[in-house]
Amino acid sequence: MSTTTGTSSHSAAGRYVGQRVARIEDPRLLTGHGRYVDDIQLPGMLHAAFVRSPVARGRITRIETKAAAALPGVRAVLTGSDINPRVHQFWHSMLGPPPEMGGQTPYPPVRPLAHGDVRFVGDPIVIIVAESRYVAEDAAELIEVDIDPGTPVLGYDAGTNPILVHPEMASGTNVSEAVPMPDVPEVEAMFATAPHVVTRTFRQARATNVPMEPRGIVVHYNRFAGDMQIWAATQSVSEVKSSAARLTGLPEPRVRAIANDVGGGFGQKMMLSRDEAAVILAAHLIGDRPVKWVEDRQENLTAANQARQEAVEVTMAVDAAGTILGAKVHFFEDVGAFPSGTGSSASMAMGVFPGPYRFPVVLPASTAVFTNTVGKQAYRGPWMMETVAREQMMDHVAREIGMDPLEFRRRNILSADEFPYTNCMTLVYENVTPSETMQQALEMLDVEAFRAEQAAARAEGRLLGMGLGVYLEPSAIAFGMLSSDLAVLQMDPTGRVIISMSTGNHGHSLETTIPQIVADTLGCDIADVVLIQGDTATSPTGPGTGGSRSAVIAGGAAQTASMRLREKIVQIAAHLLEASPEDMEVNASVVSVRGTPSKAVPFAQVASVAHMAPDSLPPDMECGLEVTARFRPPGMFTWSNAAHACTVEVDRETGMVKILRYIVSEDCGKMINPMVVEGQIAGGVVQGIGGVLYEHFAYDGEGNPLTTTFLDYLVPSAAEIPDIEIGHIETMSASLGGYKGMGEGGAIVSPPTVANAIHDAVAHLGVHPTDFPLGPSQIRDLLRAVAT
Amino acid sequence: MSRPVRLTVNGAPASFDVEDRTTLLDALRDELGLTGTHAGCEQGACGACSVLLDGEIVRSCLLLAVQAGGRTVTTIEAVGSPGRLHPVQEALRRHHGLQCGYCTPGVVLTAIDLLERVADPDEEEVREALAGNLCRCTGYAGLVDAVLAAARDAGPGR
Repeated sequence: MSTTTGTSSHSAAGRYVGQRVARIEDPRLLTGHGRYVDDIQLPGMLHAAFVRSPVARGRITRIETKAAAALPGVRAVLTGSDINPRVHQFWHSMLGPPPEMGGQTPYPPVRPLAHGDVRFVGDPIVIIVAESRYVAEDAAELIEVDIDPGTPVLGYDAGTNPILVHPEMASGTNVSEAVPMPDVPEVEAMFATAPHVVTRTFRQARATNVPMEPRGIVVHYNRFAGDMQIWAATQSVSEVKSSAARLTGLPEPRVRAIANDVGGGFGQKMMLSRDEAAVILAAHLIGDRPVKWVEDRQENLTAANQARQEAVEVTMAVDAAGTILGAKVHFFEDVGAFPSGTGSSASMAMGVFPGPYRFPVVLPASTAVFTNTVGKQAYRGPWMMETVAREQMMDHVAREIGMDPLEFRRRNILSADEFPYTNCMTLVYENVTPSETMQQALEMLDVEAFRAEQAAARAEGRLLGMGLGVYLEPSAIAFGMLSSDLAVLQMDPTGRVIISMSTGNHGHSLETTIPQIVADTLGCDIADVVLIQGDTATSPTGPGTGGSRSAVIAGGAAQTASMRLREKIVQIAAHLLEASPEDMEVNASVVSVRGTPSKAVPFAQVASVAHMAPDSLPPDMECGLEVTARFRPPGMFTWSNAAHACTVEVDRETGMVKILRYIVSEDCGKMINPMVVEGQIAGGVVQGIGGVLYEHFAYDGEGNPLTTTFLDYLVPSAAEIPDIEIGHIETMSASLGGYKGMGEGGAIVSPPTVANAIHDAVAHLGVHPTDFPLGPSQIRDLLRAVAT
Repeated sequence: MSRPVRLTVNGAPASFDVEDRTTLLDALRDELGLTGTHAGCEQGACGACSVLLDGEIVRSCLLLAVQAGGRTVTTIEAVGSPGRLHPVQEALRRHHGLQCGYCTPGVVLTAIDLLERVADPDEEEVREALAGNLCRCTGYAGLVDAVLAAARDAGPGR
């Protein structure tokens, strides 16, 4: 059971904002009446399936499709030579066009289907379109593909491998992006003379998003009308629309993309994938019948892009008193063969590496390499390797210099009087509370009591440990196309409102939280507010939901639009009541003269006048009741922060780790709905725990994936997961409403928190883990290594 | 080759013609339009496709539709309605035991099955019972709270 420790509230709770409002979307989802992409059934709908590469790298010597094409019920069998030449453009809005089109993003080669060779196990080679998925899969089995296998390129050292993943790329190397370590003589001099210099390399294991609803898309191109309609499991219908228009060459207004309910994404459904591009192009080619593709779990685990295959080498300099002097940090990323965009999050990771501590200097470097594995993409906190490395490093350094890791953090953590604070990478932190959340987490934990329990357990030969992790979350990233969101707010003649937004709800509760903001700002009942999203024909263009942006940026747009609409409503009401707008107040959808409740008009009457009786409006006022508002937050980042603490027991014999307690102290500003905030925290924390203890997408030495089912790729279940105890601190952000984003933090800091607890349990034995996963076999190996 | 299957679904007679290889999951969704039963893994591991077969919780992705001939199937569509939720559904809503909703139908049916068998489960029993229903959104916190609350609200001596 979650416990909530409220410590401070800086603004009065509204009727809805700040309350645990039950979700508007729940009744249909609870009764099985959600509408996910696989629920779409259209007359004449065809079904697609792929033939995929069984080897990591190789030359395609023959593709035989005749038998498949002749199978009754098969409409089309298409290879790379059919599909790839039909690509007009294939790039992602957030990253802009490739260099040859004037952009700056070094994309991997454009090819929805493999052509000539294959580059990872799961690489799509043939798309089959048939009357049913069963027939499409039958046809797939009739297709013969001969591949002359080659030695795959694998590992972080791919940059020195003469074999190339993408031989056609002009770079002539497997290094996709690299930033060299700056040469700064005075920093080198500091490192040369520092009392303590500690170097460690931390590695994460490849993990994947695993939304419970896999990827899926239904595409209907009507060649007679020249338009395309798409239903997709996506975080952004705008991105699907733009991508489909770019792929096919259709004008964007001719493409309509719809997402109804979406069963999770966590970053996997932000950008259009190669597989989805192939389906769009196949439907465009077929030209009269809709085509559905919904991947199965094995496809999702082997061919949908993945994340977290990262390593960081950190060298930290510390003075004799335990004050951090600086760090050199080198990020290594394996971005696979076809990452989403570049797949790299190094620039963001470098910027936020200093986290909540005083680092006088950080010298960053990064190297990202292509390998013959499935591509890298965003996954909840894509840059989080910085926190994974930094928070473990804090513990490693403290132990190396003989200091308690808590004390080492206390000496270096930023305190309330230092904000706003510009970190050494020039990012400005403000309205954050790292030391306060750390203190609250430690109080909830009761460190002294735990240390006593740990000592008693150790006397019995049992291994208990506690770990801490602290971070700042750069939420609501606001640059380029991510800078703003638009709200279109319309009040109908009955006085109810529709708000249209570009948000892409896929579990985030926006159908409830956005109406909470609108209802409070307008002064109406939440039942009178409906959020319209997920349809490019009825909701505005925008970046969708991701990057912990919706509460701040969409919420800000909703609030701004509501303020403007309220102003117009009040002006009309004042005119009808022959009073001054300044004297009006709004309560429960009624506008009245302050102090004279009998002089009042309900919203319905105001709305009726606005729509039906233009002559009753104030002179020169426009008819109708609709406003638009575009909101851009004041900062490029709206920082939130949290501290996590956990305790574990490590079984000496089996290597199993059991989490005893998991504690979170979070400051996400004004909470629109604390229930939703806690749900986001818990979900993120469990994904992070999974990445340390259970989840590992493993490849063998030949590039063959080994964990292609849920029996091998272990998503945490209810049985392994502890209670998550949550404390809140509410410090208003500078953005409208005081909101901060917090969707990713749980997944960002839980991995090092768990790792630090394991480290604390075994450090006295001389075991100092650095690599994930920390499953039973890895921990047994570490314990055995020191026992001999 | 298709063959006719007759069965009872959600209290009413139903029939369809399917190939022997058609899973019960696909038949429910494609032949009867009962899309509340979801495909999460089609390997029997995630529980999203759970339904009740003659009152017992089963994975509809691991059964052939022909195996359900003459038997009784209950899907999520027969449990509560948006205006009148089942107590387990109401508890899941109150405790935020769902986010994206994709795993939710399987969770609801599994929880109902648990509470039919064990009137007053403790937290460990709830976690154990839900261990076969993977959820990627909630971290299970709200889900476990909800099932415990539903058991509590049903009162002692159920």
